[in-house]
Amino acid sequence: MNLDTLLPNLGEWLRGTGPESDVVVSTRIRLARNLADYPFTGRATAAQKGEIVTRVKEAVGRVELPFKLDYHDVPGMTVLDRQFLVERQLISRELAAVLEGPRGVAFDAKESASVMVNEEDHLRLQVLRSGFALDDAWADIDKLDDALEARLPYAFHSQFGYLTACPTNVGTGLRGSVMLHLPALGITKQIDKVFRALQKINLAVRGGHGEGSRAFGDLYQISNQVTLGKSEQKILGEIKEVILTILQYERQARAVLMKERRQAEQDRVARALGTLGSATMITAEETMELLSVVRLGINLRLIDDVPATAVNQLFIQTQAAHLQKLVGHALDGEERNAARAKYLKTRLRELGSHR
Amino acid sequence: MFCDSVATVHLTDIVNKKKREAHLCERCARERDLLPQQAGQPIDLKALVNLMMAPDPAPAAPAAVAPLNCPKCGMTYAAFKGEGRFGCAHDYDAFAAILGPLLERVHRGTAHAGKVPAGARTARLDALRGEMAAAARTEDYEEAARLRDLIRQMEATQ
Repeated sequence: MNLDTLLPNLGEWLRGTGPESDVVVSTRIRLARNLADYPFTGRATAAQKGEIVTRVKEAVGRVELPFKLDYHDVPGMTVLDRQFLVERQLISRELAAVLEGPRGVAFDAKESASVMVNEEDHLRLQVLRSGFALDDAWADIDKLDDALEARLPYAFHSQFGYLTACPTNVGTGLRGSVMLHLPALGITKQIDKVFRALQKINLAVRGGHGEGSRAFGDLYQISNQVTLGKSEQKILGEIKEVILTILQYERQARAVLMKERRQAEQDRVARALGTLGSATMITAEETMELLSVVRLGINLRLIDDVPATAVNQLFIQTQAAHLQKLVGHALDGEERNAARAKYLKTRLRELGSHR
Repeated sequence: MFCDSVATVHLTDIVNKKKREAHLCERCARERDLLPQQAGQPIDLKALVNLMMAPDPAPAAPAAVAPLNCPKCGMTYAAFKGEGRFGCAHDYDAFAAILGPLLERVHRGTAHAGKVPAGARTARLDALRGEMAAAARTEDYEEAARLRDLIRQMEATQ
C-alpha cells in the first residue's frame, strides 16, 4: 500500500465531530503488551524481533474485527513516510527514528486503530476517536486486545498484571489521553492553575503532539500516569471526571470572553484568517497559533464560513512531512515556510469560494 | 535589622528580666548561628527511596539487594537503574525485592486490579479450586470458604 493514498484523507479522529468537540479534539487509548517467551524489545536480538513481527503479522491478518488492519514495515520506509505516520499519530517518534531492527505498524483504513510492533514493548495497541469518547475507545481496544490475545500469548503476572519493559506502564498497560483545545483558559491566564491542580492528582499534561512537545495552538493532552492497582474503568473514570471539570472551566472562560470582549475577539479571528490567507512565509508554530484562534472563532460562532473539519485538516496538512508530500519533493526550512503559506492561501481561497 | 531582606526570624530573649528582641532574615540568622542545626528537617522521602534503591547495597541490607540479576536474560540491577527498562518478563520476579517500593512510589499500588487475559484467568481459577480442595481436605474450612468466595467473585466478573 502506498502511503500517499492517505494524504487527501483525514483520519477519522480528526473529523472534528464527536461528543464535546467544541473543546475535545480527540480521545486516544493505548495498551502496552508483550509476548511471553521473548525478551522485551530492548534486549531482543534482531532475529527474535523478526520472529515477533512474523507472529504479530499473522495474528493481525486473522483477527476478526469490524475493521481490517494492514501491516507496514518501518525499516523499509523512507524518512519522509515515517515522519508522515508520526504526524498522523499512527506511530511514535521512537518507532520512526530511534529504535532499530525489525519493527512496524498495522492500522486500518480509517486510521482509528493501530498496533505498533517492537516499540518499547512488543505491542502498543492504540485506538483514536474524534471528540470525547473514552468509553467507545475502550470498548474498541478491549476487543482488539482480546482478539490478539487469543492468538498471541501475552506476558502476564498474577500480581503485577500485564508486564511491560518499563515498570511505569505495568498492570493495565493502559494510557488514556484526551486532546483538549483550551484557548480561552489561555487568554484568561487560568491555564497554569488548572494544570497545577491536575499534577496534584497524578494526571499528566503535555503539548498536543505527545511526550516532550510544547503546547502549540492551545492544544493539550491530558493522560493518566498510574497504570497499576486500579481497574481500567477506574482509571478512565478518573480522567473523565477531570475532563468534565476542565470542559466547564473552558466554556465559562469562553462565555466571559464573549460577554466582555466580543468585538476584540471578532477582530482577532479576522486578523488570524487574514494572516493565514495572505502570508508568503509562515512557520508551523505560527500556523498552529493562528489556526487555534480560527478554531475558537468557529466555536464561538464569530465566523460561520469555515468548517471546523477544514481547520483540523489544515492543522495536520501544514506539518512538515505532509507539506512535502503535497508538494511532491523534499523542502528545506525556508522552502517549507513558503510552501506552507502558499498551501494555506490556496485552501482558504477554495473555502471562501464555496461561501 | 541587619539587611534589607524581609525578616522571617524573630528572636526574643530575656536576660536578667531585660527583654531583647531581634528581627532578621533567614540568611542573617544562619550566619550568626542563631538557628538550630537542621535536626528538625522534614524527612526527604525521595532521597530515602533513592537510598533504598541505591545500586551499591548499603551494608545494613545486603540480603535484599545482593542476588538481583535475572537468571533468564542476565539483566543486572545496575543496568536496570541505568536504562529504566527491564530486559524480560522474568525480571519482575528476579527484582521483586526492590520492585515493591518502586511501584508504590510510581503507582501508589503494587497489585494489578484490571483486566485478566482469558488464558491466565482459567489457569488462576483452576489453581484456586485446587487450593480450595486442599484446604477442605486439611479441614481448614475458614481458608476454604475464603477461596470459595474469591472464586465466586472472579466468576461473577467474567
